[in-house]
Amino acid sequence: MNPYMAVLRRDVSLALRRKNEVMTSVFFFVVVASLFPLGIGPEMNTLRLIAPGVLWVGALLASMLSLGRLFAGDHQDGTLEQMVLSSASLPGLVGAKILAHWLLSGLPLVLVSPVLALQFDLDAQAIEVLMATLLLGTPLLSLIGAVGAALTLGVRGADVLLSLLVLPLYVPALVFGAGAVQAQTAGLGASAHLSILAAMLLVAAVFSPWACASALRIALE
Amino acid sequence: MLSVTGLSCTRGERRLFSGVDFQLKAGTCLHLQGDNGVGKTSLLRQVSGLSPVAAGQVSWYGQPIADNEAFRAQRIYLGHELAMKDDLSAIENLQFDASIAGRTVSAEAVRSALKRLGLRGREDLPMRVLSQGQKHRAALARLLVRQATLWILDEPVVALDVPAQAAVGQLLQAHLDEGGMALVTSHQPLPIPHALIASYRLQG
Amino acid sequence: MTQHSNVLFRFAAPQAFYGLAGRLWPLFAALATALGVWGLWMGMFVAPADFQQGQAYRIIFVHVPASWMSMIIYLAMAFWALLGLTFNTRLSGMMNRALAPTGAMFAFLSLWTGALWGKPMWGTWWVWDARLTSELILFFLYLGFMGLTASIDDPRRADKAGGLLALVGAINVPVIYFSVRWWNTLHQGASVSVTQGSSMAQTMLWAMLLMALAFWLYAIAIALYRIRTLILEREKHTLWVEAELRPEGSS
Repeated sequence: MNPYMAVLRRDVSLALRRKNEVMTSVFFFVVVASLFPLGIGPEMNTLRLIAPGVLWVGALLASMLSLGRLFAGDHQDGTLEQMVLSSASLPGLVGAKILAHWLLSGLPLVLVSPVLALQFDLDAQAIEVLMATLLLGTPLLSLIGAVGAALTLGVRGADVLLSLLVLPLYVPALVFGAGAVQAQTAGLGASAHLSILAAMLLVAAVFSPWACASALRIALE
Repeated sequence: MLSVTGLSCTRGERRLFSGVDFQLKAGTCLHLQGDNGVGKTSLLRQVSGLSPVAAGQVSWYGQPIADNEAFRAQRIYLGHELAMKDDLSAIENLQFDASIAGRTVSAEAVRSALKRLGLRGREDLPMRVLSQGQKHRAALARLLVRQATLWILDEPVVALDVPAQAAVGQLLQAHLDEGGMALVTSHQPLPIPHALIASYRLQG
Repeated sequence: MTQHSNVLFRFAAPQAFYGLAGRLWPLFAALATALGVWGLWMGMFVAPADFQQGQAYRIIFVHVPASWMSMIIYLAMAFWALLGLTFNTRLSGMMNRALAPTGAMFAFLSLWTGALWGKPMWGTWWVWDARLTSELILFFLYLGFMGLTASIDDPRRADKAGGLLALVGAINVPVIYFSVRWWNTLHQGASVSVTQGSSMAQTMLWAMLLMALAFWLYAIAIALYRIRTLILEREKHTLWVEAELRPEGSS
């Protein structure tokens, strides 16, 4: 088995043996989405209006909270060091870890989003667009967030610092992700937004593993 | 042959050591000694390629170790951490370790490697249920699985009981007999014949 | 060519740069003060009142130059970061640490003056204008850099990690700006700016340029001043620093 598949398989099977990693992201998403109506009021027109933003922010925060675990476990027990030392391409290994992270923390959000969208009375087309934006957006968030996780590896107060570093960089994804759903409900069509999200995802997929690898080498010096 | 010339290390604002020179030829083991805090681990990390070399040169058969594919493939570094996942079994851990290094090993090969270190019957259980000593033995089994030429080991026998130390000694001796080389730090004497050991004392 | 690069690399050594910075910063500070006074005088008294906003608009003579500086300083940090990561120089990291607080200060000043400007215009203390929102995000990027470099104990690791963060941030700044503009125009957001359509009076432009220059010189002066302290801190184990810090007259 090649090194990258090995990393992907290992990360996924490790998480499935514990199960809480998958569950906490989804529960957080659900809880956040449920808090907003409680805070704002049950008026359906308002909720329909704020739904794209609320659901996207919820997914964004849920994705961000799980980033701390991306490299920390491997760093503590020394397996990360072995990955940095190996002859395999470090950006490739990092890419595999990020893919595993997305499969466990990002994809479940995409799958749960229609249920939450119904609570906000979004129509079928809007839900389709929402799922599409999350399908493109959650890997993008994982890729961007991974750089932050690598930079703050083993640092005091890493969790809060990670949020501070990563949230400004999340803004474009949020704007185009939520904007796509709003454009759809306004009847304007979301293809432009989705294309931009796809482009950002491609660029991030190329650059983020490389930036993460540099950050990890700096952290392990 | 590994050759180190003029190596120095600064951690934060302290100068740990400077002007370190030594060579490691096939079939020899260099026992790196020194007081606590003098920088033995930092030296090993520089030689293994983890830490950048700010001053001096580390060469592998004449070529610098930076961006050296051959060096990466032929050396193995074991630091203070075991590099084993608690939720995976010893076999799964070692197979993963081999995959990262670009090798595929069968479960039987891993089992026999673990047996040589005295670990039998618990290879399929999650590492979490093994004792500290058993975990260390499993971690050291990767030396057999990876088959690297240069072994860089930071305190390999510190958590082992006497029989386990003897097993490691046999491994090390066999490795040197086959033409391998080792760079080892240890507070205890190494469990191999004196004739095979060269010593280097690191001064501040 | 070799002569030039020799000069550059000579000043890359902290000790040489310490001396150079010591000689230069008072000059920059004096120039900055002179231009600042001139610029403020022009902005507050000489430039005519805006035909729509009256006297309240005068705050742009601080707001706009501060915005410009906050962006220029971030670019400078990205430049030093690239230099530092490529050539592994110690001074680049220190330069970034010296620049970041000033950049953050200008970003905050821009936000604060933006709010002060918005209040008479829109009646609210904050407006989700595209530029102000981008400025807010830039402010967070500065805070992130300062937070990261402050949290890492090993100075070399902190320098490199901060440098990488500055580079990643700099690449993202255009993307963030573009997306915020999209977001703002899509929602017909408010805009805080001088009257659209009318060209700016000569004196207004002059005053803004003077203030921008004054801020730039101030930023250089304070960065040079700050980096001297950083150099002393980092190199305190060397002989020349020990000699520097010894009180006058003792052996």
